[in-house]
Amino acid sequence: MIAGDQASPEDVEKIRAGLGLDRPYLIRFFEWVGQILSGDLGTSIFTNMPVTTMIAQRVEPTLSLMIVTLIIAVGVAVPMGVVAAWKADTWVDRSAMAFAVFGFSTPVFVVGYLIAYVFALKLGWFPVQGYKPISAGVGPWIQSLILPSVTLALVYIALIARITRAAMLDVLGQDYIRTAKAKGVGQRRILFVHGLKNAAVPIVTVIGIGVALLIGGAVVTESVFAIPGLGRLVVDAILRRDYPVIQGVVLLFSFVYVLVNLAVDLVYVWVDPRIRY
Amino acid sequence: MAVEARTLAPPPGLKVAEELPDVIPARKPLKGFWGVVRRRPAAALGGAILLAMIAVAAFAPLLGTVDPGELAPSRRLRPPSADFWFGTDMLGRDLYSRVVYGAQVSLVVGFSVAVLASVFGLAIGLVSGTVRWIDGVVMRLIDGMMSIPPILLAVALMALTRGSLQNVVIAITLAEIPRVARLVRGVVLSLREQPYIDAAIAAGTSTPMLVIRHILPNTLAPMTVQATYICASAMIVEAILSFIGAGVPPITPSWGNIMAEGRALWQVKPTIVFFPAIFLSLTVLAVNLLGDGLRDALDPRMAKSL
Amino acid sequence: MPLLEVDRLQTHFRTPDGVNRAVDGVSFHIDKGETLAVVGESGCGKSVTAMSIMRLIAEPPGRSAGEIRFEGKDLLKLSEKEMRKIRGDDISMIFQEPMTSLNPVLKVGRQIGESLRLHQGLGRAAAEDKAVEMLRLVGIPEPKRRAGEYPHQLSGGMRQRVMIAMALACSPKLLIADEPTTALDVTIQAQILDLMRDLKQRVGAAILIITHDLGVVAEVADRVVVMYAGRKVEEAPVNDLFADPKHPYTRGLLGAVPKLGSSLDGEAERLAEIPGIVPSLKKKIEGCVFASRCPDAEDVCRQFAPALEEKAPAHLAACHFSNRDAAEAAA
Repeated sequence: MIAGDQASPEDVEKIRAGLGLDRPYLIRFFEWVGQILSGDLGTSIFTNMPVTTMIAQRVEPTLSLMIVTLIIAVGVAVPMGVVAAWKADTWVDRSAMAFAVFGFSTPVFVVGYLIAYVFALKLGWFPVQGYKPISAGVGPWIQSLILPSVTLALVYIALIARITRAAMLDVLGQDYIRTAKAKGVGQRRILFVHGLKNAAVPIVTVIGIGVALLIGGAVVTESVFAIPGLGRLVVDAILRRDYPVIQGVVLLFSFVYVLVNLAVDLVYVWVDPRIRY
Repeated sequence: MAVEARTLAPPPGLKVAEELPDVIPARKPLKGFWGVVRRRPAAALGGAILLAMIAVAAFAPLLGTVDPGELAPSRRLRPPSADFWFGTDMLGRDLYSRVVYGAQVSLVVGFSVAVLASVFGLAIGLVSGTVRWIDGVVMRLIDGMMSIPPILLAVALMALTRGSLQNVVIAITLAEIPRVARLVRGVVLSLREQPYIDAAIAAGTSTPMLVIRHILPNTLAPMTVQATYICASAMIVEAILSFIGAGVPPITPSWGNIMAEGRALWQVKPTIVFFPAIFLSLTVLAVNLLGDGLRDALDPRMAKSL
Repeated sequence: MPLLEVDRLQTHFRTPDGVNRAVDGVSFHIDKGETLAVVGESGCGKSVTAMSIMRLIAEPPGRSAGEIRFEGKDLLKLSEKEMRKIRGDDISMIFQEPMTSLNPVLKVGRQIGESLRLHQGLGRAAAEDKAVEMLRLVGIPEPKRRAGEYPHQLSGGMRQRVMIAMALACSPKLLIADEPTTALDVTIQAQILDLMRDLKQRVGAAILIITHDLGVVAEVADRVVVMYAGRKVEEAPVNDLFADPKHPYTRGLLGAVPKLGSSLDGEAERLAEIPGIVPSLKKKIEGCVFASRCPDAEDVCRQFAPALEEKAPAHLAACHFSNRDAAEAAA
């Protein structure tokens, strides 16, 4: 398949030996585990470059995209969920939750094209596509990231806002909130000092779990906005059936995901004095 | 008798308390079909849209469509008109027909994945929640699978096989099963703490009987809700897979495929991307609204936690 | 002028199956430095009354009407901002559940200091010092260390002491205590009641105590209001009420209390219970609210609600027949 349609049996045999496909499965599996542990993710079938090198070249755009998205999403979603819970069952709450359902229901690339069409093509406020590395200056870097980040943030905002609202509703019904009100504490203090810290555990949890959405969404967002990141790398690899690269990127993403959720467990201790490890 | 009382004057010398008016005006309780619509307008809207989409998919040949695969290079990239309601694509195919037929793929994928993932997830969750030694093994496996984001898992699985509708359904189902299994297992574990389960065990109910008679019925409500969310998410994942070229074969008119084809031209012909996009978003929205309504109606406890 | 006058208070709630008339036309007053007990079964509206005075009823689904005059001002007419100035400063409240009424993620010193910072404009350090002092006042050992702890590190009795410290921090004129001892062990109950009585003398606050426990009433109250199904059915000085209850419901309540030593006499006396259940508050009740459970009810009771009448000096009851009973007893 890689050698092409006209390959002779000897060519195929040579490629198989080069790839190590002629040796027993179990041995190959343990060799593979050993390689990964030593930081070797193999060599791309397509470009013959080490997978680690290819990944290293693509990390910056993806990392930038995810961090900016995370900041936008948490910055918007948490206040939105808190206010929705405070104004529960009013039009404020209903519009926030309607927005959240729309966020869940619109695929990332649809949002991407819509936003790009309006803000880049029609209004011309931002570049349509492409990525400027941070070494080119923070201004252009941020400019190139705004639209992709907003795109990617939408579904994440929907998720976090819904959980924040549910957690806050739960907390606002608790006896200690009544105590705070009976002390004459103002609404804003009730929400952000007495309420939010108690609601933090489920919110932080969902921020961690939602990183899965971010990873999946990054793959698509990078395609829409032509950002040369890991997502594009894995899409191209799929189209070329470049298994070592696919495997390397999936492993890396999973590793990051596990790491993030480990960090979440550590945050619990910080927000809730009752939790001890 | 209460009515009579109003007409009677109190006996002389009897001191009667003054009657105070109600503070809140009484409101008629909402009952029947329209009562449900009034109380849950969003879910009713979702149900209506979904029914309409199912009708579109089922009666696609009757809705003024032509062969969605018919090529006509002479009329490429026409704007929407009386003949071509949504215009034509770069190969001259009628976009309206393609979008209408595309409903079939999305709905089939959504419903199949929802049903398959529910059935397998339910089985795994029930066994895992009941039999302790299996639980240890299965849960480690599921933890491992859940450490890979579902879309990536589906992408990786699709990379291993040929793009076909069947494989897409299998790949998305495999990616969704852990979530269902987790949910069901959680319900089973919390049920096992219930006194009435202890009572059933004390009364000598066998384990399979216990699961079927007492545990299974309790998992159905949260399962149904979860299934609607899985349906919505499967439709999105299918579109994403098609969009990045790892989904159903390009020859099939699926919404994801149509958008993938329109990608190269979206800056000049955004309609090719937007029409399927609107249909896809509407359908997913409908399923999500229905899911929220079901959740509020069937599972008040879950409604509070989500 | 009394400190607090509650005048025909009604608090109703909208529920999915009709309007719940939780409190329906209740009036009473509290003088400066006085202790008034409101008693009744659970669900009779006594807690809702307390919450209404504090204006802690969520609106919707609830709504209050009537007047609640505190030092002459109608609390129901104040803006939320004006009401906030009164809460925790002039009127403060202690709740039933010390386990859940303290914020689990804030240190107790900070929670006590919060009302001082809000109402007396104290700085962080000054509020913290005053909080430690309050903890000492309510009898918590090592107050300095405890102030730096979280609620889950304290026992139930200590948490209720913290609640009391919090409520009294700004020297309120009125302290509302909603079942303050219900959730505590019996020995701790006595300590908390002693503490409240002691502090009341020092701070000079009036107390409105909500309870279903007649033992608590006998111990702390000057006067008693008996509530049933959202109405006040009887009101009397505490000794008069125990000596000569005028309303059949009150008599039922007193009959349901075990008397010390009654079983030791060898003659095990069965506790009297009130038959029947409290009527649903979601339907308008015709006639006397207690008629459905009253042993002496007659047709007139089921048709006409009795007005509150002064049956003896300072002793009000809402019953058509309590005078007749008295007359019969005299005859």
